[in-house]
Amino acid sequence: MGNLRKAVSQGILAAWPICLGYVPIGLALGLLAQKAGLGPFEIGLMSFFVFAGSSQFIAVSMIAAGAAPLAIIMTTFVVNLRHLLMSSSLSLYCRNNGRTLLSFYAYGITDESFAVNQSLFKQGNWGIYQALTVNQASNLVWIIATICGGFFGRFVPSNAFGIDYALIAMFICLLVFQLKGMIYVVVAVIAGGGAVFLSLLIPGNIYVVLASVVAATIGLFILNLKKTKQDSI
Amino acid sequence: MTTSQFGLIILGMGVVTYVPRLLPLIFLSRRNLPKWLIQWLDLIPAAILGALLLPELITAGHPRQLEWLKPELIAAIPTFVVAAYTRSLGWTVIAGMLIYELIKTWVMH
Repeated sequence: MGNLRKAVSQGILAAWPICLGYVPIGLALGLLAQKAGLGPFEIGLMSFFVFAGSSQFIAVSMIAAGAAPLAIIMTTFVVNLRHLLMSSSLSLYCRNNGRTLLSFYAYGITDESFAVNQSLFKQGNWGIYQALTVNQASNLVWIIATICGGFFGRFVPSNAFGIDYALIAMFICLLVFQLKGMIYVVVAVIAGGGAVFLSLLIPGNIYVVLASVVAATIGLFILNLKKTKQDSI
Repeated sequence: MTTSQFGLIILGMGVVTYVPRLLPLIFLSRRNLPKWLIQWLDLIPAAILGALLLPELITAGHPRQLEWLKPELIAAIPTFVVAAYTRSLGWTVIAGMLIYELIKTWVMH
């Protein structure tokens, strides 16, 4: 029990930048939902069932535009496909856990919780309970923030104190943690450049998946090219 | 929009979001993966972070267009330095927010 408590407090400590960043975004989403005719309770339910920020923004604007449910669901699927890659990458660190625990953990995989947990898993000293806490703390803040946005999003200045930069700064730092060798730098640069290029051409955010897959594949080739060369010498 | 329509929307959204989050975790964590796949998956986080970040820093609008000299990009440079020096997520987030606020209020006006 003491171990679990320690894991939970470690998880909460790791989750605070995510939680901070989710507040203004959640408030903005709640406000938007209210303008689209959704009540605070409804947007809270959506946050609980879906828990994926950008797809929720898109869904709310599609609801406001009177789109068909199937169109909204299909769009959500495409927008959230990138979690497939994140879940695959996290599977490297979840080899000794049961199905039930993993099913619960999978629910909370977002861009942010993935980036934080993956970096800590890679450093070691990180377990499924810590990771679950990160997911659930973020989830809770997200649900509450979207509900609050529905009630009084109008009265809150959501861009004060640079708070809308919290998640970008977090991603910058987590990227720095990833850059442990030249190959990671090369892959990140290819992915970033590719993502910018594709985002100008293709609507939506599928560019994240495409650019990441291409960049990691190029990286894999470079790694193995180098190795074959070394082997032959 | 009726209540049942809304219920259908959020349930559908929930299912199509959950399945891609779940399947790789369940299936890949039970198998012995070939070495190339492990190497590939190890490169994925750096790729995803690059792909998430750079468009935020240098594009804007719907449809997206290149936009140089956004405060997000200018603030990213000192934030990157803080991250590299402190190697602390907390300090980087706080410094990043401060730097961004300063740039937005004083430099860009």
